[in-house]
Parts: sequence; structure tokens; C-alpha cells
Amino acid sequence: MTETQDTTTASPAGSPSRRALIGWGGAGLALGAVAAGGAVAATRAGDDADPAAAEAGGAVAFHGAHQAGIATPVQDRLHFAAFDVKTDDRAEFVRMLKDWTAAARRMTAGHAVGEGAYGGLAEAPPDDTGEALGLAPSRLTLTIGFGPSLFERFGLAGKRPAALVDLPRFAGDNLDRTRTGGDLCIQACADDPQVAVHAIRNLARIGFGKVAIRWSQLGFGKTSSTTPDAQTPRNLMGFKDGTRNIAGTETDRLKKFVWVGDGDGGKGESWMTGGSYLVARRIRMNIETWDRTSLQEQEDVFGRDKGEGAPVGRAKEHDKPFLKAMKPDAHVRLAHPDSNNGITILRRGYSFTDGTDGLGRLDAGLFFLAYQRDVRKGFIPLQRQLSAKDALNEYIQHVGSAVFAVPPGVRDKDDWWGRTLFSEEA
Amino acid sequence: MRAVRLTVTAATAVAALTALSACTAKSDAADGDAIRVTAADATCETSTKSVPAGQVTLKIENKGSKATEVEILFPDDRIVSEKENIGPGTKYTLTAEVKAGAYEIACRPGMKGHGVRQKLTVTGGGATAGRDPRLDKAVADYRQYAQDQADRTLPLVGTFVKAVKDGDLAAARKAYAPSRLGWERTEPVAESFGDIDPKVDVREDGLEDGQKWTGWHRLEKALWADKKIGAEEKTLADRLVTDLKDWQERVGKAEITPSSMANGAKELLDEVATGKVTGEEERYSHTDLVDFKGNVEGAQKAYDLLKPVASKNDPALAKELDKQFTALDTLLDKYRSDKNSYDFVSYDKLTKDQTKELSDAVNALAEPLSKLAAAVVK
Repeated sequence: MTETQDTTTASPAGSPSRRALIGWGGAGLALGAVAAGGAVAATRAGDDADPAAAEAGGAVAFHGAHQAGIATPVQDRLHFAAFDVKTDDRAEFVRMLKDWTAAARRMTAGHAVGEGAYGGLAEAPPDDTGEALGLAPSRLTLTIGFGPSLFERFGLAGKRPAALVDLPRFAGDNLDRTRTGGDLCIQACADDPQVAVHAIRNLARIGFGKVAIRWSQLGFGKTSSTTPDAQTPRNLMGFKDGTRNIAGTETDRLKKFVWVGDGDGGKGESWMTGGSYLVARRIRMNIETWDRTSLQEQEDVFGRDKGEGAPVGRAKEHDKPFLKAMKPDAHVRLAHPDSNNGITILRRGYSFTDGTDGLGRLDAGLFFLAYQRDVRKGFIPLQRQLSAKDALNEYIQHVGSAVFAVPPGVRDKDDWWGRTLFSEEA
Repeated sequence: MRAVRLTVTAATAVAALTALSACTAKSDAADGDAIRVTAADATCETSTKSVPAGQVTLKIENKGSKATEVEILFPDDRIVSEKENIGPGTKYTLTAEVKAGAYEIACRPGMKGHGVRQKLTVTGGGATAGRDPRLDKAVADYRQYAQDQADRTLPLVGTFVKAVKDGDLAAARKAYAPSRLGWERTEPVAESFGDIDPKVDVREDGLEDGQKWTGWHRLEKALWADKKIGAEEKTLADRLVTDLKDWQERVGKAEITPSSMANGAKELLDEVATGKVTGEEERYSHTDLVDFKGNVEGAQKAYDLLKPVASKNDPALAKELDKQFTALDTLLDKYRSDKNSYDFVSYDKLTKDQTKELSDAVNALAEPLSKLAAAVVK
């Protein structure tokens, strides 16, 4: 867990006089008790204190051994962006990573970027775009990842981790080049969509000339839970999925399946210790045909009942699945660790609908995000199995794909995203 | 381009006068020098009707029941400086640099309507404080540039118009894009007049109700979409010359300031980002890259003239701008036969990847360019 009560880091260097902070002391402690992960409430720069803001969602600590946004209890909304690098100047790129880190540190704490959205020189555009003024931090997390193609630049070839493989082509893939790949990515998760969008928008702006957005995805309605007691959310097919997902509190499973360990990589890979690998897939659902499918088939496809979410032959959602009772091509049966030599990934996917396609069909589905310690032992074998056999394939299509090395957390206010990769000693 | 932008541009033309307003708004000027403005729902009292030229401070207090807006206006209602949304019972200090002349101070209760006006006479000549002579030179040079561009454009428009009137479709098509270059290079100056742009450069979707479609793009449609030249087009061609002569005569008198130059440069890139990169501007002729190049050249000219001051105030910004101008030029060069030719590839021949690359390069330049005005006025 990266979320610890950390009131010092939630208030980074800046101009305290321009900021109205609430929740310090009594209110902050009370909030920490109710909001997941020990939250700190703070209003955005230049804002008047608003007690209502404190209830809407506090701040998740930015600093820690691991990046926030992986084991953090899943927020309601997502804005994910993949970027292409536009500069060949390593020093300039590193400077941008430092600028991004500083901006991320402020935004996740609920503050405006730089000098804020107003009050500066009338002739200059404000540092911050301003649409998050007055909104609570909303548990915003910003998580950076580096794609395989980044390691073809800046003399980084020797540091590309063996576990960061290019994904093979899976049966049924229909990948759209404009929704695939990327030199780096930012995952913004928040309980308020405007807060997540604001974060990506400001980072993109800081990045102009150094990076350019290649593609992005908005998501809503988390489809996986990393909080074991919460009810498992439903995907757009109406089913509970990922009931057995790794919880943010399961330190042992996180260590075993998610965080890159000390001796995981070979030479030049120690920079990834404490990091993880992210697979992002845009999975389109054939919503209309699914909706015309009989309840029996729907339940057979998943291997669960639609109401309770219980595995076939069981009574309750969290009952241990009896895999052999399911059809051989049932999704749960095929995806379950017991059918995959124990393979386990941490999922934080989101539903998406991007309006309708030109044929009047809902352009909707699952934006699948999976974190794992090694892609070769996580997503790849699992997807090989699913793409070959899963009954669900009739109703879904993978249309976008990317894989990223997600470096360890930013330790403190002097640290920055990617330091372990870019500093010479690493 | 579009009529809706005109008010924005007009305000930008005098932006330098407002440049000091916000940064000094918080400082407490000695009350003795300031004009006290007491705004209420039906009154707007000012403590003096006459001040010396230079920095003018308004100490505003809203004693009314609704939010108000206070403005310093030129006699023709252009805004010198303003503050909107001054809440009931609140105070605000507005500072502006004002030259000698006749002005009005307006309070607009509820931020609506003509407002309650008071006369303000600003006395003395040349008392505008602290102006950098290098900036005055930049403005003078830019004014000359704008005039040169207009002077050189008219003969090119003449060639275009002659071809149209001759009914020579091929020759008219060939002369179309070159006739627009000078305009595209200096568009923000032309737009500052407000009435010329809608006559010569409006697109069909930019027309207001009842507005007759005239100008380049109307002829573009005839030449490329309708593929014919009729009597109507010949009349419109003459009209284009008349309207552009108006521009040529007035361009030298445009209100140009260092910050309007800087913001004009940014606006030229905005033109590229919203109209050219999308292929909307020249939707029939697909000569967008010629306009694109013209916009970038005009922006570069304004930047080059401001650079002595900008590079002193913000060397990192100047370095970045040099780099990004070069990068965008290099990219554009890929789409023309040689570096001196304005024969660019037809925009509809570009792949999606290529337009994305151009769009990225525009963002990479426009973002730092948006900081140029601050570097010039600080």
C-alpha cells in the first residue's frame, strides 16, 4: 500500500498564503478514518474553504515505495493517456519528467499546477487550466509507465527489462493502430471525472514539444475492486467479474504477483524494483448481440449467475468456484488461477462508452488494466488461454493494446518519476 | 476568420494597455494618485475627471446590490482595461497605462448594458511610463511589415482577380493561394479592424444571418467545388479588391503594441491549430499548407522583432521558441518542392499520421508562444 497518512507531503512547497487548507487537525483526522486509505482533505489553490469538499474525497499520498494508483482502492473514474516522445534530447525529457512530477504532486494533493489558474500576469495564460478549482482532491492518483518503444531512445536499450515484452498477437485481436502502443502513459484515477481529466490535460500541456498524446481513454464504473469487502462492481455486460482480484491490503499477494522484486531482472533492471508491469487493452463489447442473448447463455458464458454473481453450483458471490461444474469454455473457468498454474494479476479496469459507432452501435466495452510482476507470467499466458477458448470471445473484440513498465514510487519531494531509470548510477 | 472572434481580437489589439492591470492590481497605490470609483446600482461616481497620462489607478468600491463591471473605454467604446464581477460590498484596484486623450469610465451594474458613464480626460503628451525603446522599434518595424505585406498582396490579388474575370479557371486556381499569403501573415492586424475580415476571409459556416458571402472563400468554392466562373463571381472578384484596398489603406494605422504583437503571433498559431491542421480553412482548394506557412511566417516575424527583449527577460523561452519555429519550418519543408517555393502539397493528400505530426508540432510551438507576451511586458 502506498497510502499512508502523510500530512506533510500533501502540502508541497508553494505559497501557503494563496491556499486555504481545511481539514488539518480534527477534521482531517476524522476524515482519515472514513475515507479509504487515510485521506487528507485540502481545497485547491485560491479556493475558499468549503466543508462539503472534504466529504467528496480526500487526497491519496503521492509519495511511497510504490506508485499510487495500483494497489490504491479503485476510484470511480479514469482518464488514461498514452504519449509519444517528440524530443531526442534526454536532458529535456528528464526535465519534463521532473516538471510532471512536481505538477502531479500538487494535483494529487488537490492543488492547482504552478502558480494556479488565476491571479497571475494578465498577459500570460495561467499555469493551471482551472477546471478543477473548487473540487476536492477526489483521491486522484497519477501513475506513470514506460512503453517498450521508449527504450529505443535516449540510450536506454540496455535498461529495457526482459519482462517488458512486446505483446504477441492473440487470436481475435483487431487492433487499431491509433489506440495501440505509446512511449509512455499516465493513468489518472479519481472519484470525480473532471479531476482526472484536468490532470491529464495539464500534464499534456506541460509536455507539448516533448511528448504528444497518441491516444487516450476515459473510463467510468470501475469493473474491478481492490477492496475485498466492497461489492464487486459489474461490467457493461451486467456481470460481476474479478471477484477474486488482489486486494490493496493483501501485502503478500501484492509482493508475489504485482511488485517487481529485487532479483527479478538481469543487469540494468534494478531500476524496476518496487515497480510493476501494466497491460492496457481496449476491449470492445458487442453490446447489442449480447443483449439479445438468452440469460442461460449469458450465465454459461461467464460461469456465474447474473443476480448474485455466484459461481455455477454455488450460492454466494465469494464462494469458491467449482470450476468443473462450469462449461469448459466459461470465462471464469478459463481465467481462474487454478486453470492457469496459479497465474494472478491485479485488475483495475473501467467501463467505457465512447458514444456510438457509425452503425448506431454503442461503442462500449471494458478498458482493461492489469498490473503484474512479469507480463510473461501474467497477462500473456492468461490471454493466450482466453483468446483461444473463451466463450466470451463471440461478444468481445480486443481493439487497442499497450504494455508499460511502471517504475517504483516517488520517494519524497526531491524524487521524480523515472529517476531510477534515468539517473546514471541506476 | 469568423465574426465571433472579432470582439476578442479587438480587445487584444489594445492588450498592452491592460498589461499592467492585473499584476499591479493587488498593490496598494497611494490613495492620493488614484481615481476613486464608487459604483452603485444606478450611479458611478469618480473622484476626478482629469489625470496625467501614464499609469492610472482606479480604486473601485461597489456599493450597489449586484456585481458590477468597471471599464476604462476609448471614445469608440474599445476597452482599455476592465474588471468584471466586482461583487456587492467589495473593492478592487484596477491599474492601466493610458495615453493622453479622452476616455470614459463605465460602471455596469449587473455587468449588462451601456453602463453608467463618466468622462475622463488624460492630459499630457508622451508621458507613457517606462516604455522600452527596443519595443517601440519592434512595433514600428512590425507596422512596416504589416504595411509591406498589404502592399505586396494587392498586385497578387490583382492577378487572381484578372484570371477570374477572364473566366480562366486554371489561372484563377493557380493565383488563389499566393493572393492570400500576405493576409495570412498579418491576419491579427487585419482582424483588429473588425469589419474587413468578415468581408474577405469568411467561410460559409461563419456567416451570420443575412450576411452575404463575399471574399476569397466564396470564390474558392466557385473555382473548386462548382468548377465555374459566372457573372456573380466576377462581381465578387472586384469587390475583393475594393475590400482589400481598404485594408491596405488602414493597416498602417492599426493599434499595435508589443503584447498585441506577441498575442497576435500566438493567434496565428491558433489559426493553424483550429483551421489549417483540420483542413477546414481551404476545404475546396486544399491549399491549407500555404496559409499554414503564411501564419507561421507572420508569427515568426513578430517573434523575431520582440526577441531582443524576450530573450533578455526569459532566455529559456526564447531558446525554446527558436527551436520550435525551426522544427515546424523543417516539417513544413517536407511538403514543398523547395525551400523558396510556396507550391505545397495538397492538404487532402496528407495521411492521418502526417496531419497528427503537424498538429503536434503546432502545439509544441504554440504553447511556449503563449508565454511570449508575458516575457515582453514583464
